[in-house]
Order: sequence, then C-alpha cells, then structure tokens
Amino acid sequence: MKDVNESLIEHGTLWLPRSASTFSNSIDSTFNIITWSSIFMFVCIVAVGIYFIIKYRRTPSNQQAASQVIHNSKLELVWTVIPLVLLIALFFWGYKDYLNMAVPPANAMEIRVIGKKWLWQFEYPKQGVKTLNEIVVPVNQPVKLIMSSDDVIHSFYIPNFRVKKDVLPNRYSRLWFEATSTGNYQIFCTEYCGDGHSGMLANLKVLSQEEYDDWLKNGSSGDDLPLDKLGEKLYTANACATCHSLDGSSKTGPTWKGLYGKKREFQDGSSAIADDDYIRNSINKPNLKVVKGYAPVMPSYEGLLNERQINGIIEYIKTLK
Amino acid sequence: MTELNYLNAKKGLMSWLFTLDHKRIGVMYLIFICIAFSLGGLFAVLLRLELIAPGQTFFTAKQYNQLFTLHGAVMTFLFIIPSIPASLGNFFLPVMLGAKDVAFPKLNLASLYIYVLGACFCLYSMIAGAADTGWTFYTPYSSTTDTSVISMTMGAFILGFSSILTGVNFIATVHMMRAKGMGWFRMPLFIWSLYATAIIQVLATPVLGITLLLLFLEKVIKIGIFDPVLGGDPVLFQHFFWFYSHPAVYIMILPAMGIMSELVTTFCKKNIFGYKPIAFSSIAIAIISFLVWGHHMFVSGQSDYAASIFSFLTFLVAIPSGVKVFNWLSTMYKGSIDLKSPFLYFLSFMFLFCIGGFTGIYLATLSVDVHLHDTYFVVAHFHYVMMGGTVMAFFGGLHYWWPKMFGRMYNEAAARIACLLVFVGFNMVFFTQFILGAKGMPRRYYDYLDQFQPLHAFSTVGTWVLGAGFMVMGVYLIKSLINGEKASANPWGGITLEWQTSSPPITENFAHHVEVTHDPYDYEAVQRKGV
Repeated sequence: MKDVNESLIEHGTLWLPRSASTFSNSIDSTFNIITWSSIFMFVCIVAVGIYFIIKYRRTPSNQQAASQVIHNSKLELVWTVIPLVLLIALFFWGYKDYLNMAVPPANAMEIRVIGKKWLWQFEYPKQGVKTLNEIVVPVNQPVKLIMSSDDVIHSFYIPNFRVKKDVLPNRYSRLWFEATSTGNYQIFCTEYCGDGHSGMLANLKVLSQEEYDDWLKNGSSGDDLPLDKLGEKLYTANACATCHSLDGSSKTGPTWKGLYGKKREFQDGSSAIADDDYIRNSINKPNLKVVKGYAPVMPSYEGLLNERQINGIIEYIKTLK
Repeated sequence: MTELNYLNAKKGLMSWLFTLDHKRIGVMYLIFICIAFSLGGLFAVLLRLELIAPGQTFFTAKQYNQLFTLHGAVMTFLFIIPSIPASLGNFFLPVMLGAKDVAFPKLNLASLYIYVLGACFCLYSMIAGAADTGWTFYTPYSSTTDTSVISMTMGAFILGFSSILTGVNFIATVHMMRAKGMGWFRMPLFIWSLYATAIIQVLATPVLGITLLLLFLEKVIKIGIFDPVLGGDPVLFQHFFWFYSHPAVYIMILPAMGIMSELVTTFCKKNIFGYKPIAFSSIAIAIISFLVWGHHMFVSGQSDYAASIFSFLTFLVAIPSGVKVFNWLSTMYKGSIDLKSPFLYFLSFMFLFCIGGFTGIYLATLSVDVHLHDTYFVVAHFHYVMMGGTVMAFFGGLHYWWPKMFGRMYNEAAARIACLLVFVGFNMVFFTQFILGAKGMPRRYYDYLDQFQPLHAFSTVGTWVLGAGFMVMGVYLIKSLINGEKASANPWGGITLEWQTSSPPITENFAHHVEVTHDPYDYEAVQRKGV
C-alpha cells in the first residue's frame, strides 16, 4: 500500500515513530527505561552464563562438579525483592499515564467516530462537518473522540500519538489526544475485522489553528481538482481500493478496469449497463443490485460523498479502460 | 537377540491402538504432536510468504486470514498445549516417580482418542471453509462470519477434554504412586512442573469449553449473549476466552521450565540450585496465572479500575519466572558443563525466554501497552516465550530423552547444526517483529504500507532458515530410529530414576523394586554410594 502520511519507519527512533502528542514524552521515556534496564539485565545474565560455560566446562580435569552449592537464601531474597520493587515502581508510572489518557480535559473538542467494515466516518457535531477516512484537527488543542461501530469490533490507533482504543458495537468508547506538531499522521484499524481489515486506514491531518479554521469554513480540500483527479484521490482516500482493483483482478468487489459501459449481471438474474446512474446507485445503495459472484458487503456512502465527489468517481472510472 | 522392552513386547497395530502402557501412549501423542507442529509451521511459512511484499502476493485477503487463523489454532490447540505433558510427560512422569504406570491407564488411552477426535473436527473445518476469525474467535465477527467456526471451535472443545483428563491423571499419579522414600521434595522438578500444569488444566479448561459452547449456541440458535444485535455483549466473550487462555499459556510454559531443571542438572552434573524456590514458584505461577487475564484487554473498554489490578498482578507473575532463571544460572556455577545438543537447547531457552520475559514487561505497563497492543510487538513477545521458551525446551527434552525412549542415539553434529539454524532463523523472524510492532505495524494485516516491506521481507527469509533447521532435525531423528547407534541405559550420566532402567525401558518400567534414598539431583550422595 502506498505511504500517504508521515513515515513511521523513517522518523523517530530505532523503535518508535516520531512523537507528536502530549502523551508521547512520558510514554516514550517509560519505553526507553524499560529497554535500557532490560538490555542491562539481559547482558549481565548472558555474560555470567558465558563465563560459567567457559570456566566450568567439562574437561578431563573437571569431570565432576567442583562443589555442590545448592542454596543461598540471601541471594533468593535479593533477586526476588529487587525486581519486585522495580516492577511495582514501573506499575505506578504506567498507571499514572494510563489514567491521564483516560480522562480528557474539559476543553476537549469533540468528534464522533463510526467504524464499520471497512472505513471510518467522522462527524464534528458542533461544526456540522462530516468526513470520510480523514480527520482534521488543530495543533495544541485537546480532541476527544467518541467512537462506536456499526458492526464488529474495530480499534482506532494513531501510532505517532501513542493512543489506541477498541471501537465497540454496543457502546461508546472514548479516546483523547492533543497534537503537538502539525503534519499528516497514519491511523490504523487494529482489531481484526475481516477481509478489509488491513485496508481500513485513515489520515489524521494536524493543521495550525488558522489553517484549521480555514478548512472548517471552506470544506474539505479537493474542490479545486479536476473531476477525474478528484475521483482518483477518493479511490484511495475513501477505501474503494480495499475492495475494488484497477488492474482487472477480482477482490471483495468487482474491478473498476473497463467497468464503464459494461453489461452487469446481477444475483437476481437481471442485468444493466454500468452507466453514470448505475455507478451513483452502487455508491449510495450498494446492496440493492449485487453483481453475480460477489457478496452484499459494500458499505453505503450515502450522505458521505457530495455530488461533485460522486461525479469525480464516475469520471475517474471512465478513464480506466 | 534384542532385549524385551516396551516397543517390542507386544507386536501389531492392535497392540498399540488398545495399549494401556503410558509409554506407548506418549509415543503416539508424540507422533501427532510433531505432525501438528509441522502443519502449523507450514501455515506460518505460507502466511509469511504472502507478507514478503505488500499487496496480493500469492493469496487473497480471505485466504491469508484463514492461514493465520489456522496457524494459531493448530499450534495452540493441537500442538503446544498437549505437547510436553501428553508426550514427554506421559512417558516420564511415572518412570521418574518410580511407578509402573499412571493412576488411570484406561483414562490415559481415552484422552488420546479424544485428542484424535478433536483433531478430526479441526481438520474437517480446515477443508470445509476454514475459519477466518483468528484463533481468538472474537465476537461479533466470529458469531457472524460464514466460515467454519463451529467445527473448529467444537474441535477445540473436544480437545479440551483430552487436556483435562491428562491433568486429572497426573494429579492422582503424583499423589498416590510415588516410589517408597520419595517424599514431595524428593520428586524431580519436572514432576512439580507437570503437577502445577495439571492444576491449571483441570481448573481452567472447562471455562474454555463453556465459552466455545456458548459461541456455538450464539451461532446456531442465536441466544444473544455476545452479539449486541441480539442483546449480547462482545467484550464478555473476551473475558470468558482469556480467563482460560491466559492460564493456558502457563500450561504451555510450566512443563518447559520443568525440563529446564532436568537439563541443567544432568549436563552440569550438579544438584539444582534452589530446589524449593523453583518448586514453589511453579505453584505460585499456576495460582497467579488465573488473576491476570485482563492484560489482554487493556484497550477493550474494560474499566480502568480492572485494568490497573490486572497490570499490577501481571507484574507479580513475572517474579517467579525470574526466580527460576536465576536459579538455573546459579546451578551452572562450579558445575561440570557438557555442551551436548540437549544443553544447547537449554541455553537457547535461557537466551530467548529472557527476551520474551523482558518484552512482557512493556506489555504489562498500562501506558506502554496502549501503543503496543494488537501490533507485531505482541506477536514477537509471545513467539519468544512460546517458541523461544516452550518449543526449545520441548526439543531439548526430546533430544535428552530420545535415547531412553527409543534406545538409539542421533547424530550429535547434525543436532548442533539444526539447533544453530533454529536459533538464528528464529531471531531473524521474530526480533524484527519487535521493531515492526513498536513502529506501529498492526497484526493480522494482509496488506501493509510500503515502508514496512524491508522488515517484513527479512522476517520472511528467517522462516526459511527456521524451517530448514526443523527439517534437518526431522531427518536425523528419523534416521536414528532406522540405524542409529544403540543407546546405553545412561548416555548422559543423569541420576534421576529414568536413567536407572534400560533404554528403552521394559513395559513395567523397572525390573527391580524402586526405593529412593536421596534427593533427585544429589550427585554427592550418588558418588558416595558409588552408584
């Protein structure tokens, strides 16, 4: 899959992606302390082991053990109590940060999230904005996500922010964050949810307060793109790519290659030509007429795409001969 | 003329299918377990083959999802849970106690048949629309998918009884059939570990059984317990599932730790350092293991209060494991260390299990787990403890006891090569995955962002090295059965009871009356006696 957002691999440390939220500092410090302590203890254990293997190896002069040392209560106490104390300290640190992540500040801006196989819908209740697979927020502003699922359990994960929460079908789950730097960050679904699980991605755009206010006023970008280029952008941004190929291969859904103008055979025996209306209906009411050989699993995009966006998709499909 | 032993005492297929000899039952289990390991391993090689490049490589998304589900289910239910107890445990628990057989030989044979029945259900499910839910069967995906969840879960349900019956048998045998003079603290530590495992098998497995039954009822008659559309709660399934599956991982590791104590004493010719701490730590692990299941669910929506208790207890359960590692290391002090192949597996376990254990600490830490949960970091962690731990110890024990079980030595040079290939291949596959996961790569992903390809490709190549190691192992082990050098009664110089009978043992295990007069690893006492 094409890398669309800031690379998790290229930025950050050997282990972790670049930190971009107020949580990352403490969590990353915890991570690093665990890493260095573990490496230190591991190296000690391995070094002692190697030393013993060399010093006490079985040679003609060392056929029996030199001495049957078999217990030392002091030692047992030391290597039980010291790790215990360290781990309890670590518990409290992790707990403190976890609680911090669980309680959003009072001034957090709310966004509602719906996860469903296999896309993410976002709605800004106060501002009346709806987006698909893309969430835009201002930097240095706490944001609270109120999430639910339309079907199975999903999970919402932003690696750069170190946040994650399962998205459930029978109740709301919450997640909050405050971005500390502008940029484009990757969102993954991280609870296995079927064929399109690895395609259920979204983009997090963090803008300056000014740019964010601009975006709110003028709507989502792309209005200035020509229609077929808009369609091409939406193909990946809105997860059509998860189920529809461009190269003729059959995936969860039929390929878009050579689709326009083709005769379609449906499950119920009827057929139709794939024209503009057909494509529009497939987007808004996908499971009314299902192409033979495919399952009725496409989510409806009704209300999620405006007329221009649907036109863009149609124009894009026309270019795929 | 070959001496009479348990292998040639009675001949013919029927004498095996209707045997009551725990050793024959153990050998039959061993064969099935090795087949399961190979099958699960094949699924792993295939799924990693798909992941060598992003996008579709060889399989569709659904096929990939079925592959990782089957890999997990076969490895968990058909391989690793029965592995040590059913094969090496069945063979050696009675012998190491100085007994003639287990307490309930017929129950033992029954548990083998139940295993085979459960395996048949699983095999059927593989060919009739294999499940694509992941081995964890989370609802409501598993209660609504059209793949063969029912036959796979019913297979696991049946296999659970095999595990429970083995546990019951072992508990009874340890209590009632120890040889004269063998008090509890004169039992080998392998026995302590099997005993602790048996407690978990008996108490935890029924919970899995009921959970899978409820999932069955949800799918078939829509009782409405897990699917919110029917009025149920999907997170309830997770609680039920992990209430068993967390203790289950200690079913997997405890017997392996028991084998570690056997290997270190024999190959260092030394009494174990800290017998009682090691024995009691097994019991402590068994008990605490029931109290930590929620650490699989820190981001599931469970309460923060519950999450904090589970995190705290998870840190506690790490302590007894650390105690064991330090005691084994101390046993090597002033020993006479022989680097034969079984001991190489001991050393592999020490190295790999420590990494697995330390990475568990990241996951026990609430704040850090939020970032790492459901990523490749978790996958790497559990493979380090299950494969780097249990599987290394299993093969260490298999090599250690191979001459005793079959009366043949295998090729030591080939064994060392295989161990090296396995060790290197394993680290190639899984160390890479710690990096992948910490960088944010989610698990159970068929496709992935281009930036992750180099690490994925390296991990995939590692599976070929790992696989090569196991294939070499298969070849020399089978070859040893055909024309391997005949083994003596005690090729390694061990002093636990199994080395005081012939290789292979006679059907009754011992030709003489068994009476124990010293601790299991008391080399000094043995030297004084001149035994």
